[in-house]
Amino acid sequence: MEGVIKKFMFVNRKAPYGTVYALESLEVVLISAAFDQDVSLAFLDDGVYQLKKGQQTKGIETKNFSPTYRALDGYDIEKLYVEREALEARGLSEEDLLVDVTVLSRKEMGALMEEQDVVLSF
Amino acid sequence: MLHIINKSPLEKSSLETCLAVAQDGGIVLLIEDAVYAATRGNTAAARLTAAQDRLKICVLGPDLEARGLADRLIEGVTSIDYGGFVDLAAEHKSQSWL
Amino acid sequence: MGTIEVGGKSYETDEEGYLTDLAQWNEDVGKFLAKQENVEMTDQHWEVINFLREYYTEFQIAPAVRVLTKAIGKKLGADKGNSQYLYELFPYGPAKQACKIAGLPKPTGCV
Repeated sequence: MEGVIKKFMFVNRKAPYGTVYALESLEVVLISAAFDQDVSLAFLDDGVYQLKKGQQTKGIETKNFSPTYRALDGYDIEKLYVEREALEARGLSEEDLLVDVTVLSRKEMGALMEEQDVVLSF
Repeated sequence: MLHIINKSPLEKSSLETCLAVAQDGGIVLLIEDAVYAATRGNTAAARLTAAQDRLKICVLGPDLEARGLADRLIEGVTSIDYGGFVDLAAEHKSQSWL
Repeated sequence: MGTIEVGGKSYETDEEGYLTDLAQWNEDVGKFLAKQENVEMTDQHWEVINFLREYYTEFQIAPAVRVLTKAIGKKLGADKGNSQYLYELFPYGPAKQACKIAGLPKPTGCV
């Protein structure tokens, strides 16, 4: 693997729990960390809901995987980008999120996407 | 008629169509990702507020809690538990907007 | 699916011997699973097991070996935060073997 470092971006556009996309993406991200690549995560549309603080899943008898986003730092995955327009359309702000992120406009997000070698969509 | 919606209003048109089709006096129950529609600041919330004088709007509480939004429920919407869901389903004809 | 018997109680495991419900774990179950793995538990072993359980409680995942090593180094000192030390304690892999003894699921990405 040495020498070849590619830029991978995981694009998350689905809310957690309603579908399995968010959890699947998170698992692939954790696995990808083993390959020492340049990984970034982008949260667009309902994907921003994945990072909402205060999730309590006891009532729906489903695993609450939101704490795992806080483990990403330990996996050296530190580039998390969140779409500003998506937050605004959902009445959310940066303070509502359970990890530190960089908030980008759609335009900036598009430019960042353009820089990637591989974009994986969830 | 009990109308059940389980899709996010910002991803699918289920809520919009349901509100346009539902007859006065009906009940709209938001479950799973549809609960986002009834949270403060979501762009779909205004649509629910506007429909409140002719439809009763409910959300499934456990789904709202799971998503970390129990404290953001908009006014006029009733949060119910699974028991309440069963009661509604038993008392009314129902339609699911997938 | 399988079951193990510890102290007259039975506990469910998956096909690879990992405890299905980590809430059921207790020290005796840990000791039993260690015996199955031929691991003689010492204070050093328990230190890692307890660390793993705390990590799981906080993040809801079992860490990858590399992440575990780094995190242990931070918490317990550099002399313990290296793979040699951890493999001496758990010869078949710290993440795999220690996670099993700790009652956690198999780490994600660990085949």
